[in-house]
Amino acid sequence: MSTNQNKDQFRPDGHENDHFLLSTVVGSYPKPKWLNRAKELYQDEDHGFDEDDYQEAKDDAARLITNEHERAGLDVVVDGEMRRNEMVEFFAHRIDGYEFNGPVKVWGHNYFDKPSVVSEVEYDESWLVDEYEFTAAATNRPVKVPITGPYTLANWSFNEAYDDDDDLTLELADLVNEEIEKLVDAGARYIQIDEPALATTPDDHAIVGEALEHIVSDIPEEVRIGLHVCYGDYSRIYPEILEFPVDEFDLELANGDYDQLEVFKDPEFTADLALGVTDVHVAEVESVEQIEQNIQKGLEIVPPEQLVVSPDCGVKLLPREVAYGKMANMVEAARNVEAKLDAGEIDIERESPAPADD
Amino acid sequence: MTEYVSTTAGLFALPDWAKDDLSDLKGHQKHDLIDGDEGGEIASTYEKAREEVVSAQQEAGLDRIVDGQLRWDDMLAHPLAVHDAVETRGIVRYYDNNNFYREPVVSGELDFSGDVASELETTAELADGEDLQAVLPGPYSLAELATDEHYGDHADFLAAIADFLAGEVEAFPEVETLYLLEPSLVEDAPEDGLDERASEAIDTVAAATDADVVAHPYWGALEEKTYAHLLDADIDAVGFDFVSEQEDNLYNIQEYGATDDISLALVDGQNTLVEDPEAVRDRTDWVFDQIPVTDFETVYLTTNTGTFHLPYNKHEAKLEILAEAADLAEVTAA
Repeated sequence: MSTNQNKDQFRPDGHENDHFLLSTVVGSYPKPKWLNRAKELYQDEDHGFDEDDYQEAKDDAARLITNEHERAGLDVVVDGEMRRNEMVEFFAHRIDGYEFNGPVKVWGHNYFDKPSVVSEVEYDESWLVDEYEFTAAATNRPVKVPITGPYTLANWSFNEAYDDDDDLTLELADLVNEEIEKLVDAGARYIQIDEPALATTPDDHAIVGEALEHIVSDIPEEVRIGLHVCYGDYSRIYPEILEFPVDEFDLELANGDYDQLEVFKDPEFTADLALGVTDVHVAEVESVEQIEQNIQKGLEIVPPEQLVVSPDCGVKLLPREVAYGKMANMVEAARNVEAKLDAGEIDIERESPAPADD
Repeated sequence: MTEYVSTTAGLFALPDWAKDDLSDLKGHQKHDLIDGDEGGEIASTYEKAREEVVSAQQEAGLDRIVDGQLRWDDMLAHPLAVHDAVETRGIVRYYDNNNFYREPVVSGELDFSGDVASELETTAELADGEDLQAVLPGPYSLAELATDEHYGDHADFLAAIADFLAGEVEAFPEVETLYLLEPSLVEDAPEDGLDERASEAIDTVAAATDADVVAHPYWGALEEKTYAHLLDADIDAVGFDFVSEQEDNLYNIQEYGATDDISLALVDGQNTLVEDPEAVRDRTDWVFDQIPVTDFETVYLTTNTGTFHLPYNKHEAKLEILAEAADLAEVTAA
């Protein structure tokens, strides 16, 4: 069995199997109802619930969900993004150059405060270091830090200030790089760049690749950098993404019942694959057996050393007990597959890609 | 003399209070979206919102009043999404945007619905004699947004959609203008043979009304063959999205000429940056400097896309810009 140093740094001491399928989450998790209530009280001017009270509520929620991830058995945990409202808004509030004009439709009556970039974007105070330090202190497990990528931050904003969106993307990439440097200084070793806007527009892989070069500039090799992509047409970005300077691709595939799996078989998938093995849009907990089968889909793409298991996407829209059930079953399924691999009971042929013509 | 007409491509942003109220009344999930049979408080909330967007257009001084398509949860797929012979399935991406709609699957005969006509009846009352503009998806775009499980053949499906839309148009109250929005003609350009059928389908819909018909593609320029075929349809104007593409749109006009009227999209329906009305007027002049034909009878000035992509305050600002730009252009032309 070959090793994978970057991934194995997260292998728990005393891991029960020889094989190690790192289990983690994409990031977001259902907020406890009392946290939403606390927010309402905080926003109610007539109420005495002040900023300190709300901060305490967010701390409690972050600790609670981090512990819930531990209890589910995850190898790498997140705080469930308890302090974040929305993946673009949260960051736009912390970056100079953004302005908010009101809610904009995504679908049906689901809206978000899509911000406008009205002047040059600039780094002000740290975005996530406090969040990371709090979470790391709340657990003994390794902590992953999800951070919205510059392409999505640019694409899901109105660009009033830059000649084109690519210029804005690269400027934002430099800010993300600055933040990651601070996170690494604070001890973070696992960073996930979220780029759900990737694979929604043809040829967007080129600018995302360029942005990632900015993002990882001067970041130490041992820091694990993942890239999360979801709900797109992957044939638009594969195999070009293999050139990206990241260790891992975290892909949503369970929702489409692995109908896009073939895309990744040729040419050979050379990075680590964090495979979505539970569907976050189905409010039923998949059985351990079902998830085991899903994990084995990943083995059609990469050997076990390169496989990581995770849900398709953030689970924040699920009922909390369903989200927990999916995490727990996912971890159990991962351990079962590891044991079967150890015992030589799984024999999956990965197709040899057709030789290139040139 | 050229008449400059300020208008929009419809599909407005909902006023913020209506976003809140309708979220509470309807919910956030797939099955909570509009089915065409709404009543009670939901219907009255839409009525109130419609009054607001109609009077906002009147106050801005727009030359055409649209309904605003506030009920169109599924954007351009709406006329099918509320049809009895259509089943709505999963949430699918709306072109290359961070927007989603319910996939409409046509499972039976597309007979008369009347949903859009009844919206227009109410809007006509509110417009109080001012010129009304109907907005519909063009047949090609509507067919591309849908899945067919009834007609079988692609050409038959497109023809059925065109007949369906023509039937809806026949039931409209009197309207001055009909905009047929055809982004799919750009985004999913028809292949050989289908381009001619797309034009025939538009012709079918256009023939159902005495109103001036504008076929309005956006998110780029048409491929030249598609454009050439489109000119064969009995329409009054073609729309050109100069916000997203200049060279190819100019090329089409230079090479193939244009209809007697023209629709110029010079205001961006997807960016909060509010254009300067004088700059819009100058851009109109600039377009006419580049092309051989300039004696258009009517020039429509519009946004390229619907303005639901914008926050409500910016949507309103764009309406004002269009009205001012058309006034400025009119003065300059005279």
